[in-house]
Amino acid sequence: MTDMKKSPTEQERVGVYVCHCGSNIAGTIDVAEVAKWAEKNPNVVVSREYEFMCSSTGQELIENDIKEKGLTRIVVASCSPHMHEKTFREATERGGLNPFLFEMANIREHGSWATNDKNAATIKAKALVNGAVERVVHHAPLEKIPVSINPNTLIVGGGIAGITAALELAEAGRKVFLVEREGTIGGHMAQIDKTFPTLDCSACILTPKMVDVGQNDNITMLSYSEVESVEGYIGNFNITVRKKARCVIEDLCTSCGICEEKCPQKVVDNDYGAGISTRKAIYRSFPQAVPGYPVLDKENCTYFQTGKCKVCEQVCPTHAIDFEQEDELINFDVGNIILATGYDLFDARKIPQYGYGRLPNVFSSMEFERMVNASGPTSGHIVLRDGETEPKSVAIVHCVGSRDQNYNEYCSKVCCMYSLKFAHLVHEHLPEAEVFNYYIDMRTPGKGYEEFYHRLLNEGTHFIRGRVAEISDANHHADEEGKLVVQAENTLLGIQQRNAVDMVILSAGIQSRHDAEDVSKLFKMGCDYDGFFNERHPKLAPVSTMTDGVFIAGACQGPKDIPDTVAQAGAAASQVAKLISQGTVMMEPVRASIREDECSGCRICNTLCPYGAIEFDAEKEVSRVITALCQGCGTCVAACPSSVIDGAHFTNTQVYAELKGILWDVQEEVIAKQEAI
Amino acid sequence: MSEIYEPVIVGFLCNWCSYRAADLAGTARIKYAPNLRPIRVMCSGRVDPQFVLQAFRSGADGVLIAGCHPGECHYVNGNIKALRRFTLLRKTLEQWGIEQERVQLLWASASEGTILAAAVDRMTEEIRALGPLRWGDKVLKSEDLLHQAVEEA
Repeated sequence: MTDMKKSPTEQERVGVYVCHCGSNIAGTIDVAEVAKWAEKNPNVVVSREYEFMCSSTGQELIENDIKEKGLTRIVVASCSPHMHEKTFREATERGGLNPFLFEMANIREHGSWATNDKNAATIKAKALVNGAVERVVHHAPLEKIPVSINPNTLIVGGGIAGITAALELAEAGRKVFLVEREGTIGGHMAQIDKTFPTLDCSACILTPKMVDVGQNDNITMLSYSEVESVEGYIGNFNITVRKKARCVIEDLCTSCGICEEKCPQKVVDNDYGAGISTRKAIYRSFPQAVPGYPVLDKENCTYFQTGKCKVCEQVCPTHAIDFEQEDELINFDVGNIILATGYDLFDARKIPQYGYGRLPNVFSSMEFERMVNASGPTSGHIVLRDGETEPKSVAIVHCVGSRDQNYNEYCSKVCCMYSLKFAHLVHEHLPEAEVFNYYIDMRTPGKGYEEFYHRLLNEGTHFIRGRVAEISDANHHADEEGKLVVQAENTLLGIQQRNAVDMVILSAGIQSRHDAEDVSKLFKMGCDYDGFFNERHPKLAPVSTMTDGVFIAGACQGPKDIPDTVAQAGAAASQVAKLISQGTVMMEPVRASIREDECSGCRICNTLCPYGAIEFDAEKEVSRVITALCQGCGTCVAACPSSVIDGAHFTNTQVYAELKGILWDVQEEVIAKQEAI
Repeated sequence: MSEIYEPVIVGFLCNWCSYRAADLAGTARIKYAPNLRPIRVMCSGRVDPQFVLQAFRSGADGVLIAGCHPGECHYVNGNIKALRRFTLLRKTLEQWGIEQERVQLLWASASEGTILAAAVDRMTEEIRALGPLRWGDKVLKSEDLLHQAVEEA
């Protein structure tokens, strides 16, 4: 930086540049008047207007004026800083000034585009320009903060998103820690029978990837584990993982499955089996589980509940069962984190009028998914709850818990497609059965998706446009007896319809994980209203979060199907790979700092900081900001009773100066009035 | 002939949600009262109640503090801290005879340009109905009285 030296008493030399943005600004705001008026400010040395400041000629104006007129501060009045702040900071730097000695006045988005009143817009523009001039005078040169990047990565969640991201990074030669809460990786995709629209067998495309994860030397798989704590910041996170006791010694277990076979305790499998199949107390969710070691479910184990049994221990040929095993805490360092924690399905019990949980032949989508799966409890046969009767008619209800102000307002994106898939599977397994799909709108955007819908139209599915009001067993006619009556308004015909069917499938929507908020707090990033993790920018930074070094992939960010999830996982992995290959990152210097000699040690700021970035020096009795942890929100600055915390680039002095500047036209009146009192 | 009174409102907009909401309002060419003069802060949690007082003292007729929705704060919960400070500040201001419409807190996400614009329109009309703040009459006078009382004691 070649900052021009000047004595403290010397005034800053500010250059003001008012952009026309074609007619975008100049059409509403009298830019010539604003520029001419700005020159009256005693700090302003040069004030210009130009058609497009962001053009190379516009930027050169700034560069040349800095050099020729000895400017020390730059103000550009144009668009939003979110648009071109970076551009003009760079121009300022090329001119030889520190890039932070620049300020932007947003007279387009906040000015010319927001009103048709030319006079008012011009007054507002003057206020914003004046605010920027008054503020920039107090700017201090700042340096971005370099941070080195640890090349290891933590991936949380072993569904298809986590698996994909882990493999991408591991195959690029990077070390990955993959943490999965369940005993096996695979996630929801492992439960699914077929994938739309290609009808690929889900397990057939997933399990090879699971095996790859298990065999890749760069991947440390921590299954049946949860992240306990996250300390640090981008490039330098310290992670503690709780590896829960599965009561199986992994080094000895050969995954032979004898313990599982001999275990006398059957348990309803509410997780993988969606509640329609059973497993043992010592179990693997499915035969292709990775890792192949079983998990002992202490809550249902006869030995842990009654003190007697130990059958598994007796039958294990390698003596791998260890009832005394305890949770293990594993600590390691990583540079980046990818969260791929997935989703929960909407619980259809919350809609009592649909009868799920009360009417036996109302099935949830995951129950149906497991039932129709060849490895499911009925070996893929579609039957009613009695376990033998094949339904002659099936109603599939879309949008259960989605697009509904009472539950989730958003569209879950995947339900139309999987409902169509269900319809197809019913046709395939039971060619005689009638299928009724109740939909609000048919949403099939995606490659080959609309074509799949057309295929179903030709397969003879009945499509009824209308939200189902009620599903009941209250029959009005003889032919409704013993059946489920689906009541809906057919909005295409404009009539109320009763339809008696044997089986109803509720296509439940996607929800954020029940503990998403806890997870977001653990990783110090934000959730939206619905509990989905917030991306940094909805369009241009969809896998980054507001916390540097933490990325998101898959349905934890919002409802999405497998292709989108895989694409996002790849994107997150490449973001991480980019940071690793950069080696260091430069962080914005918007950070708080405490003037220790003036700090009273009250510790008010210590607990306010959402990042735990303020530590207390007990010896000196002062608080101190850990710069690398500070994110620059400034809440401590606002709270400090002694005003000894400075928020770089948003100091009190700067904000007060801007305030005074933007109130230029009312300020004088007020002072006059105040003096009159 | 009487002129229409145009109040001046200072807006403290957080960088991530409400400032972007105002950007979006502009981009979408939503027209709203030009009475708002925005100041960007990184987080609504940065808004020191003294900023609001200083705004009033410097001639503003109203102050709008706008942040992300609860639970959506980019700094975890800075907006909740803003809410706490705002609630206290408003009570304090009321005791000085400053109407509660003059300081308002708004949640506007980056996609809620319409909500921000509507809030500015509403606030402008509310303050227009109240008339100028007259900080001098309301606060400085009582400050003088307070000083007098202190001196006398």
